[in-house]
Amino acid sequence: MKPPGFESVLLGSELPALTLPPISRTTLAYYCGASGDHNPMHVDCDFARQAGYPDVFAHGMLSMAYLGRAVTDWVPLDRVRSFTVRFVAMTQLHEVVTCTGRVAEMLEVAGEKRARIELEAKTQKGVTTLKGEAVVALQ
Amino acid sequence: MIDKKFIGSETPVRTFEVERYPIRCFARAIGETNPIHSDEAAAQRAGFRSLVAPPTFAFCVNMMASDAALGQLFREMGVSFLNLLHGEQSFTYHQPIVAGDVLTLRSRIVDVYEKKGGALGFIVFETAVANERGERVVDLRNVSVVRN
Repeated sequence: MKPPGFESVLLGSELPALTLPPISRTTLAYYCGASGDHNPMHVDCDFARQAGYPDVFAHGMLSMAYLGRAVTDWVPLDRVRSFTVRFVAMTQLHEVVTCTGRVAEMLEVAGEKRARIELEAKTQKGVTTLKGEAVVALQ
Repeated sequence: MIDKKFIGSETPVRTFEVERYPIRCFARAIGETNPIHSDEAAAQRAGFRSLVAPPTFAFCVNMMASDAALGQLFREMGVSFLNLLHGEQSFTYHQPIVAGDVLTLRSRIVDVYEKKGGALGFIVFETAVANERGERVVDLRNVSVVRN
């Protein structure tokens, strides 16, 4: 069944949660190549250890992309007006990320009705990794 | 400690032509299966000129277009990737990025500051992206964190 659409959104409406497969080294290698983000921290465990980390960890931008999917699964992509996150904690290998969102404010900007959605990515341990928001046009 | 003199530094203006293949690859890398990112006909049915990029692809454009330019600036600031973390990322969208766009990127450092008595340094970049018609496409704001 289709979740309640953005056309009938109300304050407090929740986006359908998006839970991803566990983060694998393959996921990170593929993201490294596809994103143009070639920081070795995320694919080269020798480099990560040299930097003082036990192993590679996920790109923050990978989780932001997942949060973006949660938003654009719900509202057409060309209605997203802004999208902002803070990277609060690292996402480690094998962790399972879940993205959630909730309409926190209804607003009108330049005659356009918009909703501000508070977004969060969490691991299966309940650790918040990203916090942010997206503003989307409703009409 | 990063010298405040870098505030106002700009990378050279860069151009980047958006091709279909990187959009498809990026969508696949993030597990996005909506055909507007991979199938030309589906994208056009949804009202786009061609394949449309997922929202955070704008960050990738910045990396793909300016890997060397950004690397050079970080070296001049004395910042190593070993000590670098991503603190915040923000996008303000004017229109979606679509395959065929020829984008122009202008990046500058808008702030440099420290916290925790200098243990952490912060570098704030802003990048304005426009298309070949001179229209604004997306503005990015990126806060990098340096562990000193």
